[in-house]
Amino acid sequence: MDKRIRVLVAKAGLDGHDRGAKVIARALRDAGMEVIYTGLRQTPEMIVNAALQEDVQVIGLSILSGAHNAIVPRVMQLLREKGMDDVLVLVGGIVPDEDAALLKQNQGVAGVFQPGASLDGIVQFIRSSLERTA
Amino acid sequence: MKDTPGGVRVPLALSHQTLSGIPVEPVYGPEAVSPDLVHPPGEFPYVRGIHRDMYRGRLWTMRQFSGFATPEETNARYHYLLEQGQTGLSVAFDLPTLMGYDADHPNSLGEVGKCGVSICSLEDMETLFRGIPLGDVSVSMTINSPANVIWAMYLAVAEKQGVPYDKLAGTLQNDILKEFIAQKEYIYPPRPSMRLVTDTIEFATRYVPRYNPVSISGYHIREAGSTAVQELAFTLRDGIEYVDWAVARGLNVDEFAPRLSFFFNAHNDFFEEIAKYRAARKIWAELMRNRYGARDERSWKLRFHTQTAGCSLTWQQPYNNVVRTALQALAAVLGGTQSLHTNSLDEAYALPSEHAVTLALRTQQIIAHESNVASVADPLGGSYYLEALTAEIERRALDYIHRIDQMGGMIPAIERNFPQSEIADASFDYQQRIERDDQIIVGVNRYQSSSGEQIELLQIDRTAEQTQCEKVAALRRRRDRARVDAALNRLSQAAGGDQNTMPFLLDAVRVYATVGEICDTLRGVFGTYQETSVL
Repeated sequence: MDKRIRVLVAKAGLDGHDRGAKVIARALRDAGMEVIYTGLRQTPEMIVNAALQEDVQVIGLSILSGAHNAIVPRVMQLLREKGMDDVLVLVGGIVPDEDAALLKQNQGVAGVFQPGASLDGIVQFIRSSLERTA
Repeated sequence: MKDTPGGVRVPLALSHQTLSGIPVEPVYGPEAVSPDLVHPPGEFPYVRGIHRDMYRGRLWTMRQFSGFATPEETNARYHYLLEQGQTGLSVAFDLPTLMGYDADHPNSLGEVGKCGVSICSLEDMETLFRGIPLGDVSVSMTINSPANVIWAMYLAVAEKQGVPYDKLAGTLQNDILKEFIAQKEYIYPPRPSMRLVTDTIEFATRYVPRYNPVSISGYHIREAGSTAVQELAFTLRDGIEYVDWAVARGLNVDEFAPRLSFFFNAHNDFFEEIAKYRAARKIWAELMRNRYGARDERSWKLRFHTQTAGCSLTWQQPYNNVVRTALQALAAVLGGTQSLHTNSLDEAYALPSEHAVTLALRTQQIIAHESNVASVADPLGGSYYLEALTAEIERRALDYIHRIDQMGGMIPAIERNFPQSEIADASFDYQQRIERDDQIIVGVNRYQSSSGEQIELLQIDRTAEQTQCEKVAALRRRRDRARVDAALNRLSQAAGGDQNTMPFLLDAVRVYATVGEICDTLRGVFGTYQETSVL
């Protein structure tokens, strides 16, 4: 039997604007995934611990405040330290193109979704990425 | 889903409902006209506006929300904006300041100066307003949980400039309820937070009579994904809560109600937004007169600031945002706003560049001086459609207000996640409509173009964080530690009792206690709040 895809949707940093994170969480749930939403103001340590405990295959980080260059590398480093390199990390929010390219190339982020990204596109991206690594 | 093969597109049917889902007919007739229309602008219940001669008496205040990086850099932007003809200032603070952390707190990492200006102490506030006479320029400050701390710093800067408190004009956002509902920048639990807000209302009423101590805000509720009706209803119900607390404090409603101000969003649906402002005035006037027995007509008049909808701006084809903003700003003016912020075309990406913010200000100036719409009060009053929509929005908002009354008020409603769930449902529904192409966003799900429009963005100086950390560390070494500790102890005692905390906050900021230290002191007394998130 097919195991449901488990996703942690995390709101990182001090920003409280959770509209996007909540919409994504619902859309992934409606697409049949198991979604764990962390709530607000999660540090990288809290996010990685939650990902470990919940045994997720995907982490979706929502960052709108411009703090992505400080937060994402720390999350990726902690994942490596815990041997969780196989977790698919996605970033959604206000991330300029140059930063998005660097997060993917240098940090190993699988996908960066900017404003206007379609929900369906994100669902498809997760499914196809996990199929490739399975 | 979006493009048929070969790029052939089916013609789009126009919407049969407003952006917020209110059904609309193809045409409206005289049966829609409300009896309220016999009351001209300037007369109760003020559907048509709070002034008889409206903008002929006084144009709206053009107030661009602004702040980034260090106080030095933001001060330079303020001087620029005032030179360009802006008539008031509006301070944007960064997230550490909004959450009551100093720049060098571990939670501030990567956030200093990013979304606004970093303020750690009175020293930073002195720099922020250097060369700006606070007796002449009105200053709005967008801060909520630490609003009392920042306001104390502002008052202390006025003292140093030799400006008496009764000459100060401006607005403190200080609307904690909408933080629990929508924007989520809270520190302490709801009840102590409300007590602190009530302290500021009482202090303003007694000593700073021209300053608006609260800006009851629907803007963020809308940005979080609410409908226009929810924005209106939750905002007015928040207003009721502040009035209840101030009355319970022993203030007479007519002492403070004239200084309550409101802040609404201007979204894309042109008539719906105008109807929302008109319904807001009517509901508030009737609430103040009938529910609270206010007798001063200034208590009945709902005054409001408007900001065009940040959430309507698109990342794709950013120049389209200039057009959206112009239409939204026009709706705000036709709806009778008292002040206005127009968003800049680049704000889906970043804080605005100087070029973009100037264009946004020029948009207001063109509406004010070229379109001629400001010459006549409520120029759309009597439009069959607008009147029908105003009545429908009023009806729907009153229904929400009654439901929240029945829950025991806004705090119990927040504790059971009622407004939060309503907003989450509305925002999910809106996103689904975009996904299904039921809601067209030009450049996003229709009329896309492959060639990217290049715009020049404001770069936040990466050294801002380090500069602010060094400054606050140096301040801590330089100041008189014993006086700071004594002031914080007195503040802690006052907060634990039932005295008004404002005089104690003033004493603390005058000896250069930092935002983080003061908020930590209050955290020690009140604890902190964690919401249970609803999806």
